[in-house]
Amino acid sequence: MLRTSAIMYLGRVIGNVVASQKMAGLEGQILLLVQPLDEYQKPCGPKEVAVDTVKAGPGSLVYLVGSREAALALEQTFVPVDAAIVGIVDDLEVQV
Amino acid sequence: MRIARVIGTVVGAAHHPTYDGRKVLLLKPEQPDGDSAGNAFVAVDQVQAGVGDRVLVLVEGTGVRQILGADAGPIRSLIVGIIDHIEYDDAQRN
Repeated sequence: MLRTSAIMYLGRVIGNVVASQKMAGLEGQILLLVQPLDEYQKPCGPKEVAVDTVKAGPGSLVYLVGSREAALALEQTFVPVDAAIVGIVDDLEVQV
Repeated sequence: MRIARVIGTVVGAAHHPTYDGRKVLLLKPEQPDGDSAGNAFVAVDQVQAGVGDRVLVLVEGTGVRQILGADAGPIRSLIVGIIDHIEYDDAQRN
């Protein structure tokens, strides 16, 4: 079974996360609460915190990259991040 | 590499600069016989795959960087082939 959180996947922004004290590389980064979604846009898996690189807002349908590559979305690439929002979905055509 | 079926296209104007000009597709992982092998995920297309195609997907970041080089950035899954067919070795099939 392929672990969704280990690759790139769809998600819905459902909130934001405020952490005033965080590691240096995370300063100034926007942290959003995301619910990973399946192909029917139904929740799958636990909610998670992702760093935002595309100015997504609450309710946005987005795609994310997980694991080590998430940190590569940031200017400083050696940061403790394992999920990053890398795109906002305007149009999703699914033929299952 | 994983086997997956292309089930959709993901279109959006706002994305990380790494995704400029890249096609993003929605995939459903499959077993060789077509059964589902997990939840849908997203990948960047490198071989002009389309909806309905069965594809070969690289889901490991280091390998993706070897293909895309310095442009890889935050891309972890990459479609690297379109599968024509899969043959089982009859002796190994259970």
